[in-house]
Amino acid sequence: MVTADALGPPHLTWNVVADVRELLRFPFMQNAYLAGTIVAVTAGVVGYFMVLRGQTFAGHALSQVGFPGAAGAALLGVAPVFGVIAFCVTVAVAIALIPGRRSHEASFESAVIGSILAFALALGFLFTTLSNGFVTGAYAFLFGTFVGIGNTEVLTLLVTGVLIGTTLVIIGRRLFFASVDTDAAEARGVAVRTLATIYLLVLALAVAAAAQITGTLLVFALLVAPAATAQELSTRPGRTLGLSIVIALLVTWLGLASAYFSDYPIGFYVTTIAFVFYVLARARRALLG
Amino acid sequence: MFNHEFIRNAYLAGTFIALSAGLIGYFVVLRNQVFAGDALSHVAFTGALGAAVAGLSATAGLFASTIAVSIGLAALGRRARGRDVVIGTAYSWILGVGALFLTIYTTSGSSNGRIGVTVLFGSIYGLSAAQALVAAVVGIGTSLAVCGIARPLLFSSLDETVATARGVPVRVLNAVFLVLLGITVAEAAQAVGALLIFGLLVTPAATAQLLTRRPYRALALAAGLGVVELWLGLALSYAVDRLPPSFAVVGVGFAAYVLALAASRLNGRRSLA
Repeated sequence: MVTADALGPPHLTWNVVADVRELLRFPFMQNAYLAGTIVAVTAGVVGYFMVLRGQTFAGHALSQVGFPGAAGAALLGVAPVFGVIAFCVTVAVAIALIPGRRSHEASFESAVIGSILAFALALGFLFTTLSNGFVTGAYAFLFGTFVGIGNTEVLTLLVTGVLIGTTLVIIGRRLFFASVDTDAAEARGVAVRTLATIYLLVLALAVAAAAQITGTLLVFALLVAPAATAQELSTRPGRTLGLSIVIALLVTWLGLASAYFSDYPIGFYVTTIAFVFYVLARARRALLG
Repeated sequence: MFNHEFIRNAYLAGTFIALSAGLIGYFVVLRNQVFAGDALSHVAFTGALGAAVAGLSATAGLFASTIAVSIGLAALGRRARGRDVVIGTAYSWILGVGALFLTIYTTSGSSNGRIGVTVLFGSIYGLSAAQALVAAVVGIGTSLAVCGIARPLLFSSLDETVATARGVPVRVLNAVFLVLLGITVAEAAQAVGALLIFGLLVTPAATAQLLTRRPYRALALAAGLGVVELWLGLALSYAVDRLPPSFAVVGVGFAAYVLALAASRLNGRRSLA
């Protein structure tokens, strides 16, 4: 495989056109940008609904179980992306099957989720140890990478993205209604519980897709931060959704470029850019009142 | 098994780490502060690697960062329980900075390439005799401190308003509790790693809450379960080839939790019938 290192390190110049040409010179970077664009659009949309529905903790839990999925798949010699999808969807089904919860048991419930998370991460560690201490691979699963994205991954992400997009086009309006006012939606005959289950499956797929770029530990940088930033900038639903997608795209594209032109990991850039956008949006709102 | 020095060190340090984590973990669950534990474990990862990059001891970085952040959380008080969106965004950034430190450290030449694994997933067999002794002493100290404040802490955790009215210094207790939690997280990170802290902190307490409703009995049970799970986990990882100790400890704890859950379901059905 021809890598950037073999031909000397890439240099950033003031000529933007030359920089972009340099950035997209190698097939692995073209794949990374294709994958990143698909991931950013799905994460922007799905993250918008996650923040709207207050389901960030479910997203947190789903993202962490992606690690044993990736490590297990690597152990079996399967592409990690399939392992992540399988684990995330399984756990989403398990969460959906848990019967309605009582609010006075909230502290107990977070303890249960905490225990499950610790076990899931421990399982991931066991799988990486069993694959002959494949340490670098474990870091890639946890903190993201952009060099390992082949045609299989791009195709899988495309199928996942189309599936998520179609589902949300069909249920989007009802899901928005059910998320904003559950009681009114239920009174009008919207199948709130079914929608919640479908959304959880969509969330699982989006988490699995985002983990391909950011790694399983840093999924929130694409799933929560753009949607939260968009909410600071606009109150109108349609515009917020659009902003969420645009911010997710900017975070991914800038993150990929920064990682390509430097020696530091993409996970660091993606989380930092996302965090800076969020802080700026908060500051803007604080200044404008 | 105990002829090996690294096993003796692991049992010495592990016993008191598990004891203090079990005790303080019970209050973490009772006070609904699992989120604070999560925050501290993220900080522990970034702090330890930051210290390593600066050429300092990772253990010192671990303790300094978790204690500093727990003091910060105590100073913020109720405001620290902010919206989960803010928390999620800030946490992933802290972890991202940790990933940066990891890359800087592992690519800086003559360094230990496994340090990331050690910080994330622990290396209890790597403790020296001196480190194990320090960990044990700190574990005993925090355990005694938790037992010392257990009564007023329990009172203020169950009913803060009444406790305040009765003259219990709720704010001071909260601050002391958070600092003890910070120390315990740094301790536990040495045994099972920053990512698996919940296995020592939260799982024994969740199991104990399934088995009994009486506070003091649950507190003692959480501590006892933590210690026994650690002993069994270490023995298991010694007996089974290539089984990492941190997985074995967390796995035994999770198995105990699932058994307790099944038992309480069965009991519940019987009492209903």
